Amino acid sequence: MKKAILTIGGGIAGIEASKTLAGLGYSVSIIEKESVLGGKINNWHQLFPDFREGSEVKEYISKSVDSPDVMVFPGTEITSIEKNDQGFYVKSNKAVAFDVNAILLATGFEIFAAERKEEFGYGIYDNVITSVDLEQRFKKGGQFYTAGGKVPKRIAFIHCVGSRDAKTGNHYCSKVCCITGIKQAIELVKLIPGVEIFCFYMDLRMYGLEYEELYKSAQENYGVQFIRGRLSEASENIDNSILIKCEDTLSGRPLKMNVDLVVLLVGMEAGEGTLNAGTLCNVGFGSQRFLSCRDAHLRRNLTKQEGVFTAGTCTGPMTIPETLENARSAALEIHKYLSEN
Amino acid sequence: MKIDGKRNVWHNYQKEIADDHFYYVRSCIRQNFFPGSEYAFLRIMKEELGKDIYDDPKHTTCTGIGYHSDVVPFETIQTVVARHFALMKESGYKNLAVSCVTSFGIYSEIVETWKEFPEELEKIRKSLKRATGREFDIPENIAHTSDIIYKFKGEIAEKQENQLVNKNTGRPLQIVEHIGCHYSKMFPTKGLGGAEFPQVLAGMIEEWGGEVVDYPERRHCCGFGFRQYLIQANRGYSLANSKKKFESMAPYQPDAVICNCPGCTMFMDKWQYVLAQTEGKFYGTGKQGIPVLTYEELAGLVLGYDPWDLGLQMHQVDSEPLLDKIGIEYDKKSKYDLTKKMSPKKVLT
Repeated sequence: MKKAILTIGGGIAGIEASKTLAGLGYSVSIIEKESVLGGKINNWHQLFPDFREGSEVKEYISKSVDSPDVMVFPGTEITSIEKNDQGFYVKSNKAVAFDVNAILLATGFEIFAAERKEEFGYGIYDNVITSVDLEQRFKKGGQFYTAGGKVPKRIAFIHCVGSRDAKTGNHYCSKVCCITGIKQAIELVKLIPGVEIFCFYMDLRMYGLEYEELYKSAQENYGVQFIRGRLSEASENIDNSILIKCEDTLSGRPLKMNVDLVVLLVGMEAGEGTLNAGTLCNVGFGSQRFLSCRDAHLRRNLTKQEGVFTAGTCTGPMTIPETLENARSAALEIHKYLSEN
Repeated sequence: MKIDGKRNVWHNYQKEIADDHFYYVRSCIRQNFFPGSEYAFLRIMKEELGKDIYDDPKHTTCTGIGYHSDVVPFETIQTVVARHFALMKESGYKNLAVSCVTSFGIYSEIVETWKEFPEELEKIRKSLKRATGREFDIPENIAHTSDIIYKFKGEIAEKQENQLVNKNTGRPLQIVEHIGCHYSKMFPTKGLGGAEFPQVLAGMIEEWGGEVVDYPERRHCCGFGFRQYLIQANRGYSLANSKKKFESMAPYQPDAVICNCPGCTMFMDKWQYVLAQTEGKFYGTGKQGIPVLTYEELAGLVLGYDPWDLGLQMHQVDSEPLLDKIGIEYDKKSKYDLTKKMSPKKVLT
């Protein structure tokens, strides 16, 4: 009889790890709280740094679960976990329970709720949107208008919204927002000829290969302007455009500008799903509320609980390639554990 | 603009406000420049709401203006505040009702300091005992008086004589609400609605029939800012800040400005006169400025108090255009009549 694994979370990490485990001869059950698999990949239009369609990755992911050894339970959440001699007995909110030899936590992240940065007016001012909202607009296609039906002439991107920000309690860098902003700025320039784009940043963190090149290209080929300064506040003008204020820290002067649209580059947070699963499994949390690993250098997919593993952004911000690699790594750690036990 | 978004922010910043038995501490600026405001507040509390509030003649300035101008040291102002708390204790009260926003910030800052640095509290206890022989307790509840009016805005609405509606057009009055910086910018959780979208005045305006004007420079300082006004060479900076606000709100054609800080009321009222004289610029309709009122004056008008009993004749900008819009009757001749006696509640009954 095949050994069984329960993957909690049906995003790209959970699916990639499950596919790998099925390929190694295990029986895998994936439970996903949402009605569809894929997690946040469902939101993205094009991916950085090469503008690949997000739907291509989603398609690859969808095919991954097309295996007799992978069972998917959408709309399902765990309610209790008991440890036994064989592994774990896991109950869910549905009429289904799981007897498994190992558990993989792949609960992913949540998008930072931009309303918490009250001074930016998200959820109040019509022309303040998030990078996730912008992806949805790109996915819809067609002409791009502001909330008032104007073709925007000037757009501001605000970096580090909910990241590296003591006020929100998130001291960490979310890693993907800088390059997302640059990708989206270029997409807007392509979509709206003549539009002026200003990116307000603390410092730009171009982690991956080709990111720095894209940043240069944004300036040289698309005229995107970068202003070092953190936004202090946004306000709505009588014509629904947005007045923004910040300090230009390179020139050392306060800056005030009217723009037609503000895009908040929102970061990643550990969500409720991670909190619940991490608490039920008693794996512990880091200072920034992501799941703890047993060893930050050598055992990144292992937790302090024998038989409980992690994959993907439930342990901290990652890009899509990093998430997929981390998921494969988790699968191999589980394989090693089950081979030895 | 999505008003529900604002309301969601407001829900995150509610505060406990005592229900009764207040020890009242007056404001240096309010009682000198808008004395009818403090009179109206006490009258509303006692006569309209039936509350117990004690106006202690032994109370002094908090020295906040000196503190923020760097002439009063922190130890000194802490001891002055400690004396106020001692007076409150001796009078048998535990709830502080603060008229001034600067003082509200001072009391909040000092109490927070004592929480963070208990050794500082012990030092001040000894200083006060040595200097005056007094002992004090930290208040159980500290509220700005605008918080208290906000809390009872519904009860005031039940007795409302005048709606904040333009009687000629039927349109709700368009009112700018301006919050003093020291009300919630220092400690957002101590202000109703927080620092970004304060609810304290907005709630009153909406409860009494008006609409709030949200204009781009809504959060900007009124221009007082202590150093930039008290140092004569900096006064142009003070004026420039006020002008920035008026230029920003003018396109919305507000009917009035309401402030909870006495300093803001003074500067937004009096700088309009200076701007009119120096630049010939009027921000209201015709050759008028925008009337700037305190929330106590607004509550008094809503309750039907005589405008001159409320001291509206003390304002630089004439309030008559606002009174006419609401439909409040007033006696033009008695505006500056110092022999006039306080009217009973209704105007010209």
